[in-house]
Amino acid sequence: MTILISNGRVIDPATGTDAVQDVLIQEGAIARVGRELARRAEGAEVIEATGKIVAPGLIDIHVHLREPGYEYKETIESGTRAAAAGGFTTVCCMANTDPVNDTRAVTDYILAKARAVGVIRVYPIGAVTRGLAGKELAEHAELAEAGCVAFSDDGRPVMNAELLRRAMEYTLPFGLPVISHAEDANLTRGASMNEGVVSVELGLTGAPAAAEEAMVARDILLAELTGAHLHVAHISTAGAVRLVRDAKARGVRVTAEVTPHHLLLTEEAVRGYDTNAKMNPPLRTQADCEALIEALSDGTIDCVATDHAPHALSEKEGEYDRAAFGVVGLETALVLLHDRLVRTGRIDLSTLIARMSHAPARLLNLPGGTLAPGSPADVTIVDPEREVTIDPRSFLSRSRNTPFTGLRARGAAALTLVGGRIVWRAA
Amino acid sequence: MAWKRKDLLTTRELDAAEITLILDTATSLREISGREIKKVPTLRGKTVVNLFYEASTRTRTSFEIAGKWLSADVINFSASTSSAGKGETLLDTARNIEAMSPDVVVVRHPSSGAAELLARTLGCGVVNAGDGAHEHPTQALLDLLTIRQRKGHLDGLQVAIVGDVAHSRVARSNIYAMRKLGMTVTVAGPPTLIPPQVQELGVKVAHRLDDAIRDVDVIMMLRLQQERMSAGLIPTLREYARYWGLSLDRLDANARPDVLIMHPGPVNRGIELTPEVADGPYSVILEQTGNGVAVRMAVLFLLIGARTAQEAA
Repeated sequence: MTILISNGRVIDPATGTDAVQDVLIQEGAIARVGRELARRAEGAEVIEATGKIVAPGLIDIHVHLREPGYEYKETIESGTRAAAAGGFTTVCCMANTDPVNDTRAVTDYILAKARAVGVIRVYPIGAVTRGLAGKELAEHAELAEAGCVAFSDDGRPVMNAELLRRAMEYTLPFGLPVISHAEDANLTRGASMNEGVVSVELGLTGAPAAAEEAMVARDILLAELTGAHLHVAHISTAGAVRLVRDAKARGVRVTAEVTPHHLLLTEEAVRGYDTNAKMNPPLRTQADCEALIEALSDGTIDCVATDHAPHALSEKEGEYDRAAFGVVGLETALVLLHDRLVRTGRIDLSTLIARMSHAPARLLNLPGGTLAPGSPADVTIVDPEREVTIDPRSFLSRSRNTPFTGLRARGAAALTLVGGRIVWRAA
Repeated sequence: MAWKRKDLLTTRELDAAEITLILDTATSLREISGREIKKVPTLRGKTVVNLFYEASTRTRTSFEIAGKWLSADVINFSASTSSAGKGETLLDTARNIEAMSPDVVVVRHPSSGAAELLARTLGCGVVNAGDGAHEHPTQALLDLLTIRQRKGHLDGLQVAIVGDVAHSRVARSNIYAMRKLGMTVTVAGPPTLIPPQVQELGVKVAHRLDDAIRDVDVIMMLRLQQERMSAGLIPTLREYARYWGLSLDRLDANARPDVLIMHPGPVNRGIELTPEVADGPYSVILEQTGNGVAVRMAVLFLLIGARTAQEAA
């Protein structure tokens, strides 16, 4: 099967490409990128991409697919379809399923299910501690052998520093990072939003920025002590960015990701007790947003990750303080970041693509992230002029919990290819 | 002016004219309590539902009496004896109550924002009788009515609010309302009980009781919940009472002779107030309770009146 993506603006940060070219795909891999490849592609299926952006398939290293155990929120099938519609070709799923992904059997199940019904690539992330209980190490060697690409208790911090130290040491031989949900749980007891004047006005318990920053600082010190690769999940404060920047300058093996909602929204979104503005870490301040955007642009923050966290309506309607934490993100990330950061000139297009493809691929050593010949033919075609209005009723995800309902944005995915197969095409 | 709102959820959203309208209406309704037959037909055929998810004596009774004096039918619904105990959600309970066509639902709930949630969901009027640590607007209104009766005016008065401001919906509602009426507010307490960045609400902060109460017209003492100690916010009740409890000695040494002592109740005697202060010459605590009925009559009257006017138009 041969496919020719014709005459698009090919942006491949890994090879420094940004030019109008053709992309030739053979046997599920990128065969060639160059001008006027049509004559080499006799009988090929031609995908006309004039005026569109042809990018490496997007990679999201932080999603909750909810299967096994919470299939009413999301399944591997629905989650990967949602991802494909958002332009993603690879996702990494967190371990807080039921049962928790802390044993090989669960990893095997996720991978088998993804092969059977998933439409994109799925890589599981194993638990740091058994049952995410923060008491004893999960079986990391076997999880790594089964195919886990990182370790994380995401959703919960590992409060015991000694245990996290041992996890960092024990996992060193596997070359897989430990991903930290950086939150000092004592400082966030009862919290449901950022601590500040808005939380005071709303009468809600706030989580101070220091709760995140104290933990980022601790984890950086432990990475320094052990030589492990620490990856900071969903970084959300200017202070945490400063800590990561300093650590990188000292040569510590630390990387970080940021979510679209932390880049684009502030604590003001909680007013009116909107449960779709409730997530952990919470939405912060405008100054934090500015620091995050700057850090994403300059590379202090390595990549974008959505922290796609589907919840059923019954878990999100009702009292704010009792609602579940988290928002969906797979179907809105690309178009919103393109519209709000690229079209406004805050970040350039090739940088955004790098932070959503090449950087996360390198970070977790995943295939893809580039259009270099020989790479898997994971490709996202973006229509920079395609305008959408965010409408949760149209989501392919099983859940609807987005804080972006009603926003208009330009630059949505038009077509998604995984291994040379079209897995999604805009209507 | 005429009342326009469907609901009374916060004092933050009210303007000075709306607050004054409620206080003036309460003042004119207040005389009902002195009548031999305490009943006027104003709200005959109207239904008020008290939906209480937290223990309350004063507020619930006060709304009940207010409704009954105005001839409304008042139904009390408390979470402990209802379907809420069987796992029914707040929204479902509220929708079911609405299906029985009440005119006003009065809600108290431990979650901040619960009243706003109901107001968004229900077509009938909603009165917030306290939601979490957010607001308790009728308490602030009855406090203002009490102060206005005693002082003759509100503009320019200085108020100290002392104690657990961080967790107090009474403090928030009072701060917003008092600022709008030209009053100066100082909040005081150990820093663990003062909300972060509270100055942004337009108040001053004092960290010594003697500083807070000097030269003010009104001292409002807040109730200290015992769980603040177990949460590690104060070392002991003993120490709190010693440094933040109001005694006659402290009042005589620091406060003005015409100062008013207020408390939203229920009082922890011997902790935030000594009995001598609670029952003493400066205290207007029982007047507050009496004014509670007048303010709630005014609120029910205005809300239902606005609905009736809209239906007629």
